[in-house]
Amino acid sequence: MGKRVLLIEDEPNIIEAISFILSRDGWTVHTHEDGTTAMDKVLGLPPDMIILDVMLPGRSGFDILRDLRASPVTKDIPVMMLTARGQEKDRELALRLGANHFMTKPFSNAEVRDYVRSLMEA
Amino acid sequence: MPTQRLVGSRIREKRLDRGLRQAAVAETVGISPSYLNLIEHNRRRIGGKLLADLARVLGVDTSLLIDGADREMLDEMRSAAAVSGGQAEVDRTEELAARYPGWSRLIATQARRIEMLDEKLRVLTDRLAYDPQLAGSLHEVISAVSAIRSSASILVGTEELDQDWQRRFHENIHKDSVRLAASSEALITYLEAPQTLVEQAGTPFEQVESYLAKTGFHLAQLESDQPDVARVVNEAGFTGAAAQHFQTIAERYAGDAALLPLGPFEKACRRTGYHPALLAQEFGVPLATVMRRLAHLPRDKDHPPIGLAICDASGALTYAKPVPGFSLPRSGGACPLWPLFGALSRPLQPLRLDAVLPAPNSTRVLCYAVAEPQGLAEFDFVPPLQSTMIVFPDPPEAEKAPRPIGVSCRICPRIDCASRREPAFMGIIGKTGL
Repeated sequence: MGKRVLLIEDEPNIIEAISFILSRDGWTVHTHEDGTTAMDKVLGLPPDMIILDVMLPGRSGFDILRDLRASPVTKDIPVMMLTARGQEKDRELALRLGANHFMTKPFSNAEVRDYVRSLMEA
Repeated sequence: MPTQRLVGSRIREKRLDRGLRQAAVAETVGISPSYLNLIEHNRRRIGGKLLADLARVLGVDTSLLIDGADREMLDEMRSAAAVSGGQAEVDRTEELAARYPGWSRLIATQARRIEMLDEKLRVLTDRLAYDPQLAGSLHEVISAVSAIRSSASILVGTEELDQDWQRRFHENIHKDSVRLAASSEALITYLEAPQTLVEQAGTPFEQVESYLAKTGFHLAQLESDQPDVARVVNEAGFTGAAAQHFQTIAERYAGDAALLPLGPFEKACRRTGYHPALLAQEFGVPLATVMRRLAHLPRDKDHPPIGLAICDASGALTYAKPVPGFSLPRSGGACPLWPLFGALSRPLQPLRLDAVLPAPNSTRVLCYAVAEPQGLAEFDFVPPLQSTMIVFPDPPEAEKAPRPIGVSCRICPRIDCASRREPAFMGIIGKTGL
């Protein structure tokens, strides 16, 4: 079984596209659409890396990231943030909270795939 | 206000500009000082030989006294000069206004319009940054575009993609394109509603005060025993935030009128010399209520002009009734020495201040202010404060020297003022020599 990536995102067609390209790259892709229960999902797996959307129903991706970095179980899991808000202050906030990478929508599939590869090869 | 009403004020301005005493001028033109005082306070009409004599003594052309610009416009012109950064000959503002009244009105009007547009720009910028509807629409568009791009990229860039996957991604693209069209249309509809934006971007306070100015700040329909507030609000024709604000103002007006019925209140005003504390004691109502009522007396019954300003605990003006010689800048930056602001640090303590504005107008003003808590008292809750101030321009001369005060630091020549928060426009000081 390949390494596990958890995609926390609420757009079904984005979930399907990212799941498709990462699956073909050898990843086992788990998905979750709700911000409120995202931490439970992470703790239940836990994944090798997380792709985390900022604007989620119930809870913001920034809040989830804050919890991820506060928990000894999840503090070292690499996190790539996805957002439709490309403002510099959002990027700075994500990196300050401990995100490993920050990608704005609309992204290219190759960018996502290449970054995930690089993270695991590092 | 008719021009005739301002002739006396101009005579007073010119006399003060030249440092002449009222008694000396009166004697020279052959009238009593008290009669000149009535003229200067616009309580007596003047014309003919007496006007010509006064103009000669004051060293000005008669036409300047008759047609001269009002002080509010002069202040607006000086403010416009301050904002523009220092090229204008501020010391010749009055001359410009007298010689070219049309151009001067244009300068003042355009300065007001620029200020209003700046405010709209600020509100629109805030909306772009914080409007949840706009943020939601943009998020929807970008999400659909992202999904389409990813799906299309898979279709184009993936070799040996089986037909089931091809069909799924084609369907996804179709769904997302429909969603994108709908969200784009909604976004365009939203952005193409400038009237809505402008309406909300406007300044409801100014809209309402502009309407009230046309009524002389007196709403006769709300003076009856059973005032129809809803009708008055409806007839005013406001929409959006201005309508809500006017509703609040009209309800407060009707409430004040019920506590202080016009007939008895006018009689008491004349009997007490418009003294707010005596009136409050006589009617048993809060000082602020009396002050608001004083500022809304009918203008056609020979009451003195009374300005009014109300601000919240942050010092932001929530209501302003200017009178000749008194106006405060709405967009912040007002002189902090007005008792309107001082009262906020001494709640329920009435303040009185005899003050004088800077040259060239040197208007004297008598101010009464009080800050009162709003709403019902509750334990463990600090009620919001509201400060109210009324202003009588050109009061009778007091024994003590009036306290120097200003309108705004930017146009104030008092360079040594301990309360100065920002430098004055250089021309204000350099060219007036003050």
